Amino acid sequence: MRMHMLSYIDRATPIHQMTGAAKLICFILWSVIAMTTFDTRVLVFMLIAGVIIFRVAKVRLSEISFVLSFILIFLLLNNLGIYIFAPRQGTAIYGTTHILVHLPGIYSLTFEQLFYQLNVSLKYFAVIPFALLFIVTTQPSEFAASLNRIGVSYRIAYAVSITLRYIPDVQRGYHEIAQAQQARGVDLSGKQKFARRIRQASAIVIPLIIFTLDRIEVVSNAMELRRFGKKKKRTWYHGRPFTRIDYLAVLFAVLLLILSLWLTLQRGSRYYNPFI
Amino acid sequence: MNKKVISFKQFSFKYRSQESPSLYDINLAINQGERILITGPSGSGKSTLGRCINGLIPNTFKGEIKGALERMGGDAGDQRIPALSKKVGTVLQDTDAQFIGLTVGEDIAFALENDAVPQVEMKKTVAQAAKQVGMELFLDQSPHDLSGGQKQRVSMAGVLVDPVSILLFDEPLANLDPASGKATMHLIDRIQKETGVTVVIIEHRVEDVLAIGIDRIVLVADGKIVADAPPDQLLCSGVLEANGVREPLYLTALKRAGIPIVPELHPESLDHMSLDGAGAALLAWTHAAVSEKEHLLGQPILNVSHVNFHYESDRPTLEDVSFSVRKGERIALVGKNGAGKSTLTKLICGLEHPDSGTIYIGGGDISTQTIKERSEHIGLVMQNPNQMISQNMIFDEVAFGMRLRGFAEEEIKRRVYESLKICGLYPYRNWPVSALSFGQKKRVTIASILVLDPDLLILDEPTAGQDYRHYTEIMRFLESLSEKGMTLIMITHDMHLMLEYTERALVMADGRLIADQPPAELLSDADIASRANLKTTSLYHLAERVGFSSPPTFVKHFIQSEQGRRSCDENAHAQLH
Amino acid sequence: MKKDWLSIRTIVAAGIGAAIFIILRYISIPVGFVPNTTVQLSYIFLALIAVVYGPVAGGLVGLIGHSLGDALQYGSVWWSWVVVSAIVGIGFGLASHFLKISDGEFGWKSIAVFNLFQVVTQAVGWFLIAPILDISIYGEPANKVFVQGFTAGILDIVTVGIFGTLLIWIYTQTRTKVGSLKKEA
Ligand SMILES: Nc1ncnc2c1ncn2[C@@H]1O[C@H](COP(=O)(O)OP(=O)(O)OP(=O)(O)O)[C@@H](O)[C@H]1O
Ligand SMILES: Nc1ncnc2c1ncn2[C@@H]1O[C@H](COP(=O)(O)OP(=O)(O)OP(=O)(O)O)[C@@H](O)[C@H]1O
Ligand SMILES: [Mg+2]
Ligand SMILES: [Mg+2]
Repeated sequence: MRMHMLSYIDRATPIHQMTGAAKLICFILWSVIAMTTFDTRVLVFMLIAGVIIFRVAKVRLSEISFVLSFILIFLLLNNLGIYIFAPRQGTAIYGTTHILVHLPGIYSLTFEQLFYQLNVSLKYFAVIPFALLFIVTTQPSEFAASLNRIGVSYRIAYAVSITLRYIPDVQRGYHEIAQAQQARGVDLSGKQKFARRIRQASAIVIPLIIFTLDRIEVVSNAMELRRFGKKKKRTWYHGRPFTRIDYLAVLFAVLLLILSLWLTLQRGSRYYNPFI
Repeated sequence: MNKKVISFKQFSFKYRSQESPSLYDINLAINQGERILITGPSGSGKSTLGRCINGLIPNTFKGEIKGALERMGGDAGDQRIPALSKKVGTVLQDTDAQFIGLTVGEDIAFALENDAVPQVEMKKTVAQAAKQVGMELFLDQSPHDLSGGQKQRVSMAGVLVDPVSILLFDEPLANLDPASGKATMHLIDRIQKETGVTVVIIEHRVEDVLAIGIDRIVLVADGKIVADAPPDQLLCSGVLEANGVREPLYLTALKRAGIPIVPELHPESLDHMSLDGAGAALLAWTHAAVSEKEHLLGQPILNVSHVNFHYESDRPTLEDVSFSVRKGERIALVGKNGAGKSTLTKLICGLEHPDSGTIYIGGGDISTQTIKERSEHIGLVMQNPNQMISQNMIFDEVAFGMRLRGFAEEEIKRRVYESLKICGLYPYRNWPVSALSFGQKKRVTIASILVLDPDLLILDEPTAGQDYRHYTEIMRFLESLSEKGMTLIMITHDMHLMLEYTERALVMADGRLIADQPPAELLSDADIASRANLKTTSLYHLAERVGFSSPPTFVKHFIQSEQGRRSCDENAHAQLH
Repeated sequence: MKKDWLSIRTIVAAGIGAAIFIILRYISIPVGFVPNTTVQLSYIFLALIAVVYGPVAGGLVGLIGHSLGDALQYGSVWWSWVVVSAIVGIGFGLASHFLKISDGEFGWKSIAVFNLFQVVTQAVGWFLIAPILDISIYGEPANKVFVQGFTAGILDIVTVGIFGTLLIWIYTQTRTKVGSLKKEA
């Protein structure tokens, strides 16, 4: 069972040197901007900025291509969906109708619709570079420390770190359980009846659950034996202090947020409207 | 020196789900700086005793406590684990689960992080602890890149960052190859000497633990402490053997040769033991003839040729492995932790597929067969029992394979009970697997494969965490099967098991097959032995110490006489019924 | 203090639970009778973790599992649905107050209770919250997102109703009653 997952890519670049916390804050602010605004200019700017930073981080496209291809497919479907369900959304939003192609019923393709759907896609694209960067340039070990630093309770932050720690284990565990059961004569090739297949599947699901639940027991015992959660606060072996570049990055993101909000308020609408 | 750190008085404990206590009237006092070995049959309550010492009982394992347990003066009830854990450092049986951090450094630092120790200081302490256990170069490794022995060291460093006054180890040697095991024991020894902590070791491999010098042996048998004495006395009393725990081999040999073991001889360590006059007796004994069992072999049934394999990582796990096995052979597959033994068995069963090379069974290439088809001929008992167990109740678990193959219920019942008896699990047949100790679980998986009697049986460390009695019962049964023509491949770290029950050893190191020869010769080949982290048994040293010309022949004689004794017992047994 | 609602066990359950939630997103059993639909294993598992370890664990598994899962799998997070997963997790967990799972009790009454909770929370989550968030955050057309939410919701309610219930029942079978174990000759 191949599982495509993004993972840390070690390079010596300024982006990698930034603390996880700073990157996380930027990512969040960036997402907020993208969520709140439909201002094409802002979105385009964000996209360009994202691509540039992506270059700086020296991440190769090939390293994340599987994700990109997925995203493109998703966006395509999403756009089709929008068009099928609401071909006149654009007009509804921008108040004008410039028909490009005459089609039966309400399905005539309008400039507004295209523009609206362009924005929807942009909103998505504008965040992707940052999300990707945050994942592939932040060491998993630093992840929890970062969450904690931006104010997430360290207990919850540590839950995230446990997740990152156990994904490979669970993956391997699942794999080996499947093997063990097959070695005992369980047939997993899907050529039987549904009921039987469920019974077979349960031969894997049950050990996986037992494995999981007693892992939970043993791990919490181990953590208890080493005094997790005794104090109100916690220090991190991999935590890193903010440096100049971190402050600059955050400042930049904040300014952009303010700008975008200012534009929205001043316009009195989320939508930048070139048609009137 | 003799300040009490732990004291049990009339103590008994009953797990919530149990009807009767798993520990009862325990009286035990442990003093500061002592080295204690807790041993006893599998399922006797050793780990439970350990849990009482580190406070998991009663704090997380619920149940009924009677009597008194004092830790460091305080009373058990009011001692929360956090306070306690600064004093008692525990290294669990399952090092994978104990490894919490994403990297070695982080894991060692875990306790310090929780105490909110400033980072600078933390890094210093971690560096020290890592150095103490010789892992300073691995600080950025993730747990998946470490061998069993290395994980053990990390866990140790993780508890050493605290000023603990008790170090508690639950079966530290269970899955380590001989050399790593030895290294671990020496590490424990050194740390104890440097820090003067109290060391409590739970272990089946008594001989290996004694090697570092132990103050007291505590023998636990079904929930009670049956003996608590310094090694020299306890070893003379024969109480270990009586309770189905293996005593050091050299002592067995000396006894067989009719030499009475008395404390004055210092039996606890072969190096310091006085053997004046023993030589003659041993020599005489070796000349006494013993019945030799001839074991004839059939056609080749397994043929592995030029197999290469690697997991996700580009590093090869198996390189150009070739060997062939004949029907009825008994083979030991031995070698370093991480050498690729378990992986090889997975390939044979078709759980993984070779990158190149072929595997034939009974002459036919099996690359085309599905795992299920192969499972008709090959039975595999995996290293980790938890991965095999898919049913809730023990009976169903053992019956599972037969039910899949559609046997009749009464036939199933008969054979399941039979194999449960062989594995000493019959009394537990109606228990859920979850209530068993580690060794008991392992036996459940062995029973669940035995019941299918396959042509080729592969056992991955069948005796890990087993006590001597169950281990011999299982091994005898396997012997009888192989005389009926079943082929056995056993992965093991137990050199004596290899010598005693197999006539051929395949040796692996770093993914390669580096030797294929009779076990006895193997151990006398120093180069191979060191490359594969193997070590000779104490019988060799005994032979050397009394100045025998060829230790291997002595070992051979010992094993043959043991086999002779066993068959005698069996005959006696047969006549009884 | 915090301990009682966020105990170590809860944290570990949330962490490891989320790891499994993420893995299960990649595994899907094709449902025999309905063509090309697959059983969403992750929500079935979420139901189990939630009823065993409570709403906090459930919510965290939903939150961490879905957001981190999205991030690792798609390199971007669809926040509106993450929120829903978290809410659904909490909802499942709330049922645990009315059940005695850890004592191995899961009769018809308990099954009814569990399903009541799962249907209600999932309905609210998928039919209401998800679409509303989609509209307010991503400005998507209403009818589209409501249809999406409906299909997703129905599917999940059914699968959790059948397989979730089954899974929890299986789990309760592995629990041992107090003082029940004794060696037999
Ligand atoms: N969590 C548990 N719940 C119920 N019973 C248990 C539990 N753990 C152990 N027991 C019972 O207590 C007894 C002692 O178990 P314990 O694990 O202490 O044995 P052990 O001496 O450590 O065995 P091994 O050498 O195989 O590890 C066993 O018979 C087992 O059935
Ligand atoms: N499922 C897996 N995925 C990736 N790597 C693995 C997997 N299983 C084992 N390995 C790696 O392959 C190598 C051989 O592992 P294997 O378990 O075969 O060693 P072994 O000889 O059985 O060791 P031990 O004596 O400790 O059981 C090790 O480096 C291990 O880390
Ligand atoms: Mg034990
Ligand atoms: Mg192995």
